[in-house]
Amino acid sequence: MTTAVVTGLGVVAPNGLGAEAFWSASLRGQDAIRSIRRFDVSSYPSKLAGEVHDFEASRHVPSRLIPQTDRMTQFALAAADWAIADSSVDTALSSQLEMGVITASASGGFDFGQRELQHLWHDGPDHVSAYMSFAWFYAVNTGQISIRHDLRGPTGVFVAEQAGGLVALDHARRVIRGGTSLVLAGGMDSSLGPYGMAAQVAGGQLSTRDDPAHAYLPFDRDATGHVPGEGGAILLVEDERRALARDARIYGEIAGYGSTFDPRPDSGRPSNLRRAIEVALADAGLTTADIAVVFADAAGAAELDRVEAHTLVELFGPHGVPVTAPKTMIGRLYSGGAPLDVVLALLALRAGVIPPTTRVTPGYDIDLVRGEPRPFTGTAALVLARGHHGFNSALVVRSRGKEDR
Amino acid sequence: MSDLTLPELVEIMRECAGEDESAGDSGGNIGDVDLEHLGYDSLALMEAAAAVKRTHRVQLADDALAEVRTLNQFVTAVNAASTAGR
Repeated sequence: MTTAVVTGLGVVAPNGLGAEAFWSASLRGQDAIRSIRRFDVSSYPSKLAGEVHDFEASRHVPSRLIPQTDRMTQFALAAADWAIADSSVDTALSSQLEMGVITASASGGFDFGQRELQHLWHDGPDHVSAYMSFAWFYAVNTGQISIRHDLRGPTGVFVAEQAGGLVALDHARRVIRGGTSLVLAGGMDSSLGPYGMAAQVAGGQLSTRDDPAHAYLPFDRDATGHVPGEGGAILLVEDERRALARDARIYGEIAGYGSTFDPRPDSGRPSNLRRAIEVALADAGLTTADIAVVFADAAGAAELDRVEAHTLVELFGPHGVPVTAPKTMIGRLYSGGAPLDVVLALLALRAGVIPPTTRVTPGYDIDLVRGEPRPFTGTAALVLARGHHGFNSALVVRSRGKEDR
Repeated sequence: MSDLTLPELVEIMRECAGEDESAGDSGGNIGDVDLEHLGYDSLALMEAAAAVKRTHRVQLADDALAEVRTLNQFVTAVNAASTAGR
């Protein structure tokens, strides 16, 4: 069977632009959760976020594309450029129909949408940008990346809140197995403006604490919700034979995937997270003994944390596997969150060190990697992501040594 | 309302559709370069037409806009519509 490998990483994260900066910030435990700067958040019950402060669109996105793109699309375009550059692939050498784009988006272009709705109601319809026709749309990142790099193969967009980024990466693997040679895949979200934050506050999942040290504490008995962040990652996923033929650096393999949906909350039936993990392991041909580290979903809400921790204890045993949630430094990034965890998982397997979880005192029988990075050995990592209202996704990545080929 | 000039239109296009990336290759005759070569698509034209409607109070009909292939043709069409409206 065709093996789908990752050969390029493009990262926009609150604690680092680019995969290298993000990786080193994550190892240092560099927290980026702060009071929101971009607008006056004083009247909002939730005031904290993991904002990206050092992204200047004019430096990273062609000027022609800036008036027609929301911030999340500017992130996605930059990350796609970086993933291609990182992979050293020359897209001109492949048929356009063999190259695809598959992204996830949870919210679409909130900032762009807010601005144009203000134009509509304040100044009238003549003042609404023609680009509003697509710039707000959750599918626009896939479209803009496809147009910019002339990638005309399989394209798609997934919406599954925080789980969406894993769905997109798995789908990239599927189309590569179907004959596509490379896919830019991942997820990107940014909705930290007045309208985006209002929508998130209404969702009821955000922590209302103002102290960055105590606002987002997944697996802690003191957990009270999460802090949102912005950004994500676009990965270049490639047919391994092709990657080897061009002597590309291979970060690792997308080895297994499983997704399930939870029963109705009032059904009394348990979560199906465990089954998603079991399906992913079976898909990878691995057992729990092969998993060297788990990147947790880390909801930061008591019941969701309990379900995730208990599922891990059931499958791996108490303190049976190192678990980490570096997203405690940046918040939950929705569709961008899991692709960033996949980036960290791949880099952790290469470097033999697990980036830590910050600030949390775990209240469950899991072996949480806290405070300091932890050296480890192993060749496979499990990344978990759950989307609001019941999405469960599990993805296994595996390093590809010469002996595996 | 005074007539629209080419430099004004170039500025409008920059504001609403981004800096032109190939203007340097057009030998200074940017007004006669095919809009596609300048990288301006139909939505960029719609944006510019909306801006001209606001600044010069001239509305280009959709079919007139559809025939525009260069910035000079855009200027001519706007000023013709303006004259017709006086």
